[in-house]
Amino acid sequence: MFAWFFRLGSPKHVYRIAGRFLPWTGGLFLLLLISGLYYSFSAPPDYQQGESYRIIFVHVPAAWMSMFIYMVMALAGGVGLVWKMKMADMVASAAAPIGAAFTLLALVTGSFWGKPMWGTWWVWDARLTSELILLFLYLGFIALQAAIEDTRTAARAGAILALVGVINIPIIHYSVEWWYTLHQPATITKMDTPSIHISMLIPLLLMAGAFKVFFAHVLLIRTRTEILRREQKTGWVQELFKK
Amino acid sequence: MNETSMLSVFWLLLRRDLLLAARRRSEWVNPLLFFIIVVTLFPLGVGPEPNALREMAPGVIWVAALLAAMLSLDNLFRSDYDDGSLEQLIISPHPVSVLVLAKVSAQWLLTGLPLILLSPLLAVLMNLSSEAIPALMMTLALGTPALTLIGAIGAALTVGLRRGGVLLSLLVLPLYIPILIFAASAVGVAGMGLSIEAQLSFLAALLMLSITLAPMTIAAALRISLSS
Amino acid sequence: MSVSEFFHMGGYALYVWSSYGLTTVVMIALYLFAKRDQQQIKQQIARRVARSGSET
Repeated sequence: MFAWFFRLGSPKHVYRIAGRFLPWTGGLFLLLLISGLYYSFSAPPDYQQGESYRIIFVHVPAAWMSMFIYMVMALAGGVGLVWKMKMADMVASAAAPIGAAFTLLALVTGSFWGKPMWGTWWVWDARLTSELILLFLYLGFIALQAAIEDTRTAARAGAILALVGVINIPIIHYSVEWWYTLHQPATITKMDTPSIHISMLIPLLLMAGAFKVFFAHVLLIRTRTEILRREQKTGWVQELFKK
Repeated sequence: MNETSMLSVFWLLLRRDLLLAARRRSEWVNPLLFFIIVVTLFPLGVGPEPNALREMAPGVIWVAALLAAMLSLDNLFRSDYDDGSLEQLIISPHPVSVLVLAKVSAQWLLTGLPLILLSPLLAVLMNLSSEAIPALMMTLALGTPALTLIGAIGAALTVGLRRGGVLLSLLVLPLYIPILIFAASAVGVAGMGLSIEAQLSFLAALLMLSITLAPMTIAAALRISLSS
Repeated sequence: MSVSEFFHMGGYALYVWSSYGLTTVVMIALYLFAKRDQQQIKQQIARRVARSGSET
């Protein structure tokens, strides 16, 4: 029953399966992206924010991805730590740079959205602040893995850090939220959309889906690269490259 | 293994670390000097206006405490790693998390406790109102043990690296943010004469969480760092 | 909506198009870097295999 799970531990098997998935994720991504973009720009402008609210269709999915990828990273790291599964280690370190890129994207697009809304490029808004701290967590993870030479040790140390981070993210998020409401003058209402209209929800979900499939696609490519790098001396990789 | 032997091992290790530290005084005196100097720099940087200083004091003192606590972390496992006694601790029959807790306690007694005792002096330098001083000491008493525990995870992960110092700060400082937020807010609010119960209970909860989870995480991190 | 109106974005053109532009750049960069890394390791392995093949 768990045979599929154990086969996930075999780099050779995963390399083959991942290769077969790639055209599908690539196609699905383009499909979701094109329809998402179409609805993003055909939705009527917001009565309060005008056209600038269209930034939300890239900002919010990027912010969702930044959290989602950290969870994936920590989960993979934890699996690698508990079951000593090499594949999980590879997924964790392959996911980190993608997550950092999405976090940076969420920050910068948030600032592009904030400039016309708030009048400045940066406000210490609860969500932007949390996102900035998340970026530091990603960079710490990447720096730690880069500093440790032995791949196995780097993977396990990274997993511990990612797990500590996962416990801390809700605490950080909550404390920043608390700090923000404390320093927020009561007159300024939050710029959040209180109820999302259906014409906004459709492009938001399509773009979020597109980002998720894009992540899966790049993660598959990077994991395959990582498999080749770590297994390059094994028989099956050598066999693969013989003509 | 019974309770008493675990406890005696804890005390033995704690005593050993304190004795060693008594011989290498600079290791824990220097972070304290750093703490004082950093706080001194702020009035020089932003001007001596008493009200402005009072406004900033909680944040400035707490950020300086955070940095001082972090600065001393690099020493926590380093010398034991270099002379091989860390390896001995890991392979000893005693539960590693208890041994780790002893080392962290010694570290806190050397760096956290003096910080608390010094803080009223710095509060005066920063023109903090006298009602806020007990709050400052209370937040430091609840916050610094958590700082040491969380920081020790980072120290354990980087102990095998030759240049771990800067990396350590990159790993640890983001995790310190919740403590900074609640502690600095408590001191600020106490200066206005308001209740700080909420902040103190958050700090206590964070301390409890780190006491329960950090020792075994540190133990796991040490095993990983020593395995290569 | 005319084409020029569309690009004007009700006066928010700079912010909207920069956001979408940056998103495009970041995603393409992620994809290309992933591809480049894979190409490099593939070439490296192919060279090694070819070398060991000619020796034996």
